[in-house]
Amino acid sequence: MHGIAHTRSGDKGNHANVAVIAYTAAGYEHLREHLSADRVAAFFHQLGASRVERFLAPNVWGLNFVLHDCLAGGASRSLRIDTQGKALGQAVLELELPAPSHPEALRRPGPNPGSGP
Amino acid sequence: MTQTLRIGNGCGFWGDSLDAPAQLVEMGKLDYLTLEYLAELTMSILARLRQRDAQLGYATDFLQVLTSLLPSLQTQPRLKIVTNAGGMNPPACAEAARAVLAGAGLGMKRIGIVTGDDLLPRLDALVAAGHTLAHMDSGAPLASIRDRVVAANAYLGSAGIVAALRQGAEIVITGRVADACLTVGPARHEFGWPEDDWDRIAAATLAGHLIECGAQATGGLWTHWPEAGDYSQIGYPFVDLTADGAFQIGKPPGTGGTVNLETVTEQMLYEVGDPAAYLTPDVVADFTTPVLRPAGPDRVAVTGTRGRPAPEKYKVSIAYRNGFTATGTLALFGRDAVAKARRSGAIIMEKLRHAGFTYADHLIEVIGGGGGRAGAWGPSHAARRGDAAAVGIRSEPGRGRAVHQGTRSASDGRAAGHGRLCDRPGSSPRSVRLLAGPHRPERRPSRRQGLLTSGPPLAPWPPPSSCMGSHTPAAATRATMPTSP
Repeated sequence: MHGIAHTRSGDKGNHANVAVIAYTAAGYEHLREHLSADRVAAFFHQLGASRVERFLAPNVWGLNFVLHDCLAGGASRSLRIDTQGKALGQAVLELELPAPSHPEALRRPGPNPGSGP
Repeated sequence: MTQTLRIGNGCGFWGDSLDAPAQLVEMGKLDYLTLEYLAELTMSILARLRQRDAQLGYATDFLQVLTSLLPSLQTQPRLKIVTNAGGMNPPACAEAARAVLAGAGLGMKRIGIVTGDDLLPRLDALVAAGHTLAHMDSGAPLASIRDRVVAANAYLGSAGIVAALRQGAEIVITGRVADACLTVGPARHEFGWPEDDWDRIAAATLAGHLIECGAQATGGLWTHWPEAGDYSQIGYPFVDLTADGAFQIGKPPGTGGTVNLETVTEQMLYEVGDPAAYLTPDVVADFTTPVLRPAGPDRVAVTGTRGRPAPEKYKVSIAYRNGFTATGTLALFGRDAVAKARRSGAIIMEKLRHAGFTYADHLIEVIGGGGGRAGAWGPSHAARRGDAAAVGIRSEPGRGRAVHQGTRSASDGRAAGHGRLCDRPGSSPRSVRLLAGPHRPERRPSRRQGLLTSGPPLAPWPPPSSCMGSHTPAAATRATMPTSP
């Protein structure tokens, strides 16, 4: 997924959210089709989430996954070094999805979008 | 009325850069500066401080920041500050702030405080009146932890901030308010939006959400971090709001970091559940409605945000005592360092068991073993031979070191336990079931932070903040053990 999305993750109590944001509309469609809650749950199965929900934010080509009860008690209780699930966003980019038919349409158009005049 | 209202946030958590607010104010030409200090557990630490000293219980960093802002307050007399630094004691924070200001000839500044969030004195009355204060996720009743509660605070909305500004406050110091409300309050005051102007309040809520974590919106945590400008001089974010609710987010020119569609979108979805229903005490904001587009160098325009009526209830965060934890780190080197680290961790736990300690839980993480994933949950990649790894423990002070030859402590030597506070309705379950075992009644909780100290120990250091980046010491394993109280 490195080539077609960027991510951010964080915590809400004992739940984590993993936001996956496509670079292009085609990428968003590909993620919507293939990046199911089940697939994300399987990828993170070692975290022991009780369930994984998927929400869509098509306005920003975003998919937001909520991993319930996956943070070993949350920031106040967890013994993990990543108490808040901050690593999960970068980790999910290692997930491999079925190859798209037109991969070039999914890739990041270029560095630093929107920062130039 | 202001045409464009510029609100900047110079602090995303207690412990954030002390230089950032002054940089933002000097370079950002703000109308309002907001400073956000309160993570979920910070309030309970502040509550304990207030118990010890009635003049404490607020985020003392604020005084240092305020001191750094004195020159700017002289040259920018219209600048206003809104902060939740008041924590558990906004009046004491205001008094201390007043002393700082008076020392610089700014004693005339009007300071407003917002209180009412502290429910601890009313907790039993609330329950008696039929408010169960049950756990938001599990539904568990309050009773099981009632005798261990140290703080209970409602997340208030923007109303108190608006009232303080209307009464002429130039600096507003609050207790617990929802983070985004630090931005919503000034916007409502300046633009005169009624409290049921849901779309505009939702827009200001999104604006506040985007800047509340400081540099996270300006390239911090960005997936493409190598592309961000100089992190050492990273600029903190501001929003330029207009009366119709449209806004742009940016950062001062000449600062490091980056603001673009990617950094802003990542922050928009940070710590969000259902993006169509972002709940605050002011509004239910729909983050699937705004349109984001580039608006020049390091600027993104946000329009079209919609909102729905506010929830009927406040969220309440309750912190309670929950045993002790101890953490330590050791470094190990050489061939098969990862295996050696795991073995060392197991040996340490075994020695502690022999010494009569029991633990509700423990965790050994191997860090720096060549893998990209945290040792707690991912398969360790590669584990190249020759890597350094490390293992560490904390044991009770005064007992022998449970380490073996050939290792080196990467932290500060012997272990010290410290009291553990847990948080609920933030949705931490109260699931810890302490194991039966020999009690060590004289364990003296220490506030030393141990593991992650690279600088001088700061006491009391605030707990992990939602906005705080993960600290990852290189090449270290840590064993962390909550122990029986």
